[in-house]
Amino acid sequence: MQETIVPNASLEAPLATDAIIRAEKIEKYYAQPSQNRIQVISATDLSIVPGEILALLGPSGSGKSTMLRMLTGLSTPTAGQVYWHGTPISQAEINVSIVFQSFALFPWLTVLENVEAPLQARGVAPAERRERSMKMIDVVGLDGFEAAYPKELSGGMRQRVGFARALVVEPEVLFMDEPFSALDVLTAENLRSELLELWAKKTMPTKAVFIVTHNIEEAVLLADRIIVLGRNPGHVRTDFPVQLPQPRDRKSEGFTQLVDYIYKVLTQPDVKPAEAPGQVAGPPARDQRQMRYQMLPHARPGGIAGLLELLLDRGGRDDMYRLADDLAFEIDDLLPIVDAAQMLAFLKIEEGDAVITPSGEEFANSEILRQKELFRNAATENVLLLRQIRRALDAKSDHTVPEEFFLDMLDEQFSEEESQLQIQTAVTWGRYAELFDFDSGRRRFVMPDALEEEIVTSGDDK
Amino acid sequence: MNLQHPLARSLVIVRKTPFLVDLGVAAAALAVFFAIVSTGVYWLQKPIPIVPISNSIGALPLYAFYSLVRMAIAYGLSLAFAVSYGYIAAYNPRIEPWMVAVLDILQSIPVLSFLPPVVLAMVSLIPGHQLGIEMAVILLIFTGQVWNLAFSFYSSLKTIPREMLEASRIYRYSGWQRFWQLEMPYSAIGLVWNSIISVAGGWFALIFCETFIMGSRNFQLPGLGSYIQSAANNGDVHALLRGIAAVILIVVATDQLIWRPLIAWSDKFKFEQVESADQVTSPILSLLRRSKILETLPGRIWNRVEEPLYQRMAQTRECRVVRPLDETKARKSSPALWAVAAAGALAICWAALQAMFMLRTVTWPDLRLLLEGAAATFLRVNASLIISALWTIPVGVAIGFNPRLARIVQPLAQILASVPATAFFPILLIGLVEIGGGLGIGSIALMLLGTQWYILFNVIAGAMSIPSDLREVASLYRFTRWQRWTRLILPGIFPYLITGMVTASGGAWNASVMAEYSNVKGVRLQTIGLGAQIQGATDSGRLGMLLLATIMISLIVVTMNRLVWRRLYRLAETRYKLGG
Repeated sequence: MQETIVPNASLEAPLATDAIIRAEKIEKYYAQPSQNRIQVISATDLSIVPGEILALLGPSGSGKSTMLRMLTGLSTPTAGQVYWHGTPISQAEINVSIVFQSFALFPWLTVLENVEAPLQARGVAPAERRERSMKMIDVVGLDGFEAAYPKELSGGMRQRVGFARALVVEPEVLFMDEPFSALDVLTAENLRSELLELWAKKTMPTKAVFIVTHNIEEAVLLADRIIVLGRNPGHVRTDFPVQLPQPRDRKSEGFTQLVDYIYKVLTQPDVKPAEAPGQVAGPPARDQRQMRYQMLPHARPGGIAGLLELLLDRGGRDDMYRLADDLAFEIDDLLPIVDAAQMLAFLKIEEGDAVITPSGEEFANSEILRQKELFRNAATENVLLLRQIRRALDAKSDHTVPEEFFLDMLDEQFSEEESQLQIQTAVTWGRYAELFDFDSGRRRFVMPDALEEEIVTSGDDK
Repeated sequence: MNLQHPLARSLVIVRKTPFLVDLGVAAAALAVFFAIVSTGVYWLQKPIPIVPISNSIGALPLYAFYSLVRMAIAYGLSLAFAVSYGYIAAYNPRIEPWMVAVLDILQSIPVLSFLPPVVLAMVSLIPGHQLGIEMAVILLIFTGQVWNLAFSFYSSLKTIPREMLEASRIYRYSGWQRFWQLEMPYSAIGLVWNSIISVAGGWFALIFCETFIMGSRNFQLPGLGSYIQSAANNGDVHALLRGIAAVILIVVATDQLIWRPLIAWSDKFKFEQVESADQVTSPILSLLRRSKILETLPGRIWNRVEEPLYQRMAQTRECRVVRPLDETKARKSSPALWAVAAAGALAICWAALQAMFMLRTVTWPDLRLLLEGAAATFLRVNASLIISALWTIPVGVAIGFNPRLARIVQPLAQILASVPATAFFPILLIGLVEIGGGLGIGSIALMLLGTQWYILFNVIAGAMSIPSDLREVASLYRFTRWQRWTRLILPGIFPYLITGMVTASGGAWNASVMAEYSNVKGVRLQTIGLGAQIQGATDSGRLGMLLLATIMISLIVVTMNRLVWRRLYRLAETRYKLGG
């Protein structure tokens, strides 16, 4: 605890002894089947101190969930150490709860039994167990539903059970893993404000809340401090306190400025983030690692065309935050499309605004066949993976290449799952651009016309 | 969505006969107690090498009871073993691949080919005593039942959603609590369905095993199988029909009294977020649910046992520290473990060597005979599969497209699939002897008896699963009959057809052992085939031949599974999957 040899420690970070949970230079690698190791999170310091709601924000693939699991002891860091009140977490009797995105309720147990289960694990006597559970069910507003099974409840009510189960053990830190993202907008809003009310009134004995989210507004609404993660590998881009008073007004200037700022950070992964408006600077962010393949954003060509057309309607330039808001998109929905358009040079980001390029304008104005042609040109020019697949197909005499060939190369850079996703996206793009086709039965890339011929010659296979 | 109170039904309906139900439950408990005691008495009798089988109707209930007890013991053992096996395999990454491979192979080997060696081993272990045969039979049924149960439990454990596991870890569940609140409920549905298949396979084997002739020695156990067999030998048609009726009665009763209530009950373990519309209903289950004793008593006793356990376990380290899910630190293997592993490997090597020595007695003509037999049996099994498929596909599709008919026929096919075909063998054999036909064609008929119902059952299910809008498209665009079958029906039922064929193929190989060689009315019927070789070698005590034939049959089945069925299965799961 006394060893204050943390060079990159945030100016905000309080004394190490105050922290409930403190992570020191934690890193995470995943082993690949091909013996490669992929770094998902690079050395990161982080601490959770009493009295704050801390939001962890980042695009998909930035290791948010992995971070949460390392901080709760569910996952062991490959390097570095997590401390619980100064003791290594694997030896400490920690008291935390997690509210899960999928609720993770036991469908064969009633609401009451679900809430009682953690107390049972702690050896609480039946009578006390029941009393505490009933009280907590009451607090989350599920009075009268004790005997119901989760599948009889709506999504919002199920997450209330999730909260009751999390709070019944009186955790010191309440962790939440995208708790509202499986719910509809209104239900999520309702639950969020109830959570803030419980927190403000100190109805729950919890000392700190840690929420992982990909919803920027949610983070700004709830958090006292926001950490933004970047990806490849996951690292802290910026870390700043939010000093807006509660309850927060989405329309207020401070609020929109902050949301705008986060958008800017997220859409410019290669640029060192500026200081948050009216805030003190966080720790310096590091550059992305130099990579051979760009990471293909998982967007569909139709989505790209739609975004560009919308942008054109608005004079070719619009604020990212406004765009997302009008479309009722969250960053995980919008960012891939923007990234993709940017990668294809259809779009530029300037000062948090999306600006359409001349080629993007032509694309948006063309009819479908011309659009495919433009997409094909842009893709071969800008996207290494697509270019390579096409070249390999051209080079081979039978014009087919197995998927594994590219998976092996991608494997050196991405996790197994991500490599698969990269191939999937490449297939979607390649098919749209008519660059190549994919035979999913044989798992091979084929020339578009080669496949057609094959179908004609083989006649009717069932 | 149904927001009804889950207890509403039992609250609304007036309980008409709660007292009677309670009484019935109490009586059943007494009966089970008595059953256990009297079985013990039977077993501890003085050794009787051959039990004379009576064909009187009065003996039938007792015989049925003996068979049932054998079944129950074998099933209980299978379940316990399967759960421990699946558990160990799922949570020990080091031995997991080994255990899964063992499962994979043993699951596909026809058990009945092991009957002779197992009986020999057990009889010599406990000489001059019925108990040896008894144990051999139970062991055999056990080996037939256990693997698919274990596989089901293992794969359930492996597919538990990650967040559920994380919840159980973060809330510091003990192993005990995790087992009863997460692992068991999550695997329950798979275990129930596999139990149905297992027990059906068990009956099939049991009926055959109870009368087992090896050379001049006749191993008979009092039971339904020996009753049927001896009736057939004596030409007593009435007794034969009585025996078969008893078997069918037991199968139907098991279906109605045990499986249907279990399926209906296990519905609550469905891992889905919304309540499904069509549920299996069981009047027996709703009757049992109305019993007041059953509702509260087991729970109360269970709590007595559990509560102290939970309180004690909460103090252990396991329940105080959150254990990471990705614990990959290779634990240092102790020298003791290495010693055990080495000893095991040595023992295996020695046994394998001994077996090889045994094979020396096999001569070249023997080998040719075996290869010919293998080819004949292979052709016969596949012929029976093709014949089954040829008649069940059109019939099954016709039934499946008529929902009202399907609702009646499908449960019937399910019951027919679980009636052991072995019970009908004697009738067929008598018929064959009467018309003077040989076993060459007759054995195909015998295999058909057991296999076709699985295919029919699955084809009906497949036809029912074809969405009606696809069928409407077919009629809207005036598909020709050929187009309808190749574009819609065959691809639509493909996954189901394959599932049925895989099960049927396993059944047919199992049946081949007994279908190719048989004694009826003192006449020996026999044809060329691996099954006949196995039995012939047993009769003459030629262990080398027996071993080689068993190895061959296992090899063929495993190879077929790897090369044909597994590929078709994968194709069914990817290309021909409807929806998703």
